[in-house]
Amino acid sequence: MNSIWTIARKELSDSFRNRWLVAISLVFATLALGIAWFGAAASGQVGYGSTPATIASLASLGIFLIPLIALLLAYDAIVGEEEGGTLLLLMTYPLSKSQLLLGKFLGHGLTLALATLIGFGVAGIAIAVLVDGVAVGALAIAMGRFIGSTILLGWGFIALAYLVSVRVSEKPIAAGMALAIWFFFVLIFDLVLLGALVASEGKLNPELLPWLLMLNPTDIYRLLNIVAFGDSTQLSGVLSLGSDLPIGTGGLWLGLGLWCAIPLTGALLLFRNRKI
Amino acid sequence: MNCFQLENVSHRYDKTTVLRGIDLRLNPGEILGLFGHNGAGKTTSIKLILGLMKPSEGKVTVLGGEAGDPHVSQHIGYLPENVMFYPQLTGREILSHFARLKGAPLSQVPKLLEQVGLGDAMNARTKTYSKGMRQRLGLAQALLGKPRLLMLDEPTVGLDPVATADLYRLLRDLRDEGTGIVLCSHVLPGVEPYIDRAAILTGGSLKAAGDLPSLRRQANMPVTLTVKPAGNILGLEKVIDQAKQSTGLMMKNVHGTLQVDVRTSDKMALIETLLQSGEVADLGIHQPSLEDIYVHFIGSGGLAHRGGSQ
Repeated sequence: MNSIWTIARKELSDSFRNRWLVAISLVFATLALGIAWFGAAASGQVGYGSTPATIASLASLGIFLIPLIALLLAYDAIVGEEEGGTLLLLMTYPLSKSQLLLGKFLGHGLTLALATLIGFGVAGIAIAVLVDGVAVGALAIAMGRFIGSTILLGWGFIALAYLVSVRVSEKPIAAGMALAIWFFFVLIFDLVLLGALVASEGKLNPELLPWLLMLNPTDIYRLLNIVAFGDSTQLSGVLSLGSDLPIGTGGLWLGLGLWCAIPLTGALLLFRNRKI
Repeated sequence: MNCFQLENVSHRYDKTTVLRGIDLRLNPGEILGLFGHNGAGKTTSIKLILGLMKPSEGKVTVLGGEAGDPHVSQHIGYLPENVMFYPQLTGREILSHFARLKGAPLSQVPKLLEQVGLGDAMNARTKTYSKGMRQRLGLAQALLGKPRLLMLDEPTVGLDPVATADLYRLLRDLRDEGTGIVLCSHVLPGVEPYIDRAAILTGGSLKAAGDLPSLRRQANMPVTLTVKPAGNILGLEKVIDQAKQSTGLMMKNVHGTLQVDVRTSDKMALIETLLQSGEVADLGIHQPSLEDIYVHFIGSGGLAHRGGSQ
């Protein structure tokens, strides 16, 4: 455990040093406050609307930003150490490959969690203090759920980035593949699912369709933050399939958790077999 | 207990055999020079001892345990060739990071940095370090936790002559305290005075191993006598010519001084003959150097052997 914490501690301290933590926190706070007050500006309204609408908007934007930040944070975790010439040296220490990767995960995971907590937490407090008549209890629950799911989504994409980082031998290739992962889950997956639905002309098993959303962590994340309010009218596009999912929010949390655990386990197994 | 022991170790990368039946050991309090051209199998041997990979055949024992076992790794110090560090961290931060990983006391960090001459630069980021400073930092990290086995790959690269002398002095002190040390270097004349034994690898095989006198015997290379004539060089040449008939020695005239190559077994008899002749003003004896022995075992055409290291 000491070795894992030593690696995590270095990653955390790097995040403070290179201002990642401050920058991400600021981006999140600005984004949250901007959406809270100006989210409905297009319809001619300025000011805080409602908590469900704010969270739904934040989640819609979050699926673009969180995976990208997580992938950027973690894509060079192992390949960067190898290119920098430090991986060989680290592996001569009393440190296993699993401990190194888990240490990295803990460090990167804590960085993202802290930035999310600080950024969105500050925004939540600002809303509670500045908006008259807002139901603070409901806001706290919604914000807590949003922050928790955002952290889990980020961890999932950190683990996906590790899958790439332990496989490739050059940083630019890892960066390219990380972007491809982002592109696939954030932009392509829903389009492909929608296309498959239309092309199948109703031949696909209707009971199977909602489960396909579980194959994309960003869809689970959005469902979790919208369905939880019991307002499925906010669900649009392929996400509307989510209203037919026979699982509650507990199942969605579990799904998001599995999206952290499975890629991380895969990365650990792949890294163990990597020659140093 | 040996610092390490390789028993009939062979290793293959895919279908290429890079080590063949190596038997080699290092005792505590001993400095072993590990030599060979690029691709001879040095790096693979080091990786096997460090536990970075398992041998295809044979057994590797390190400090009485299994190579790569965390309890074993804790007592090994390693300086890789071209050591690199995190450029954004200071020397002190880097050494503290590695000290934590090794479970070494943090109080050792400033002392080691002082010891390798980085006391004034310990709070500077390593991206500002010269190659020699990085090498010193690399040495400091290898010394963390007072290792029982120290493996140094080209440790003098980038060091000035004073720092090099300091390094060898330090290594001798560590050896005297019982640390087993492996030195890999291509600068053979530099390491010759400091090693207790040498192992010469070529093409993945151990060509020779032992202390210098035993390697000289194995190589059966001639000793060179440098003989300065007392008077006319022709008289001296005549004496040597007579001896030549019985010993088959080689002689050449280098700027008025004769260089005579003689088998070790004939050396004393020839010296006696020369001294009795009264034709000798001065006489020097030159044993084959480590470099001569290395070239003898590796053979000429070293460039043809040189591939990439594994």
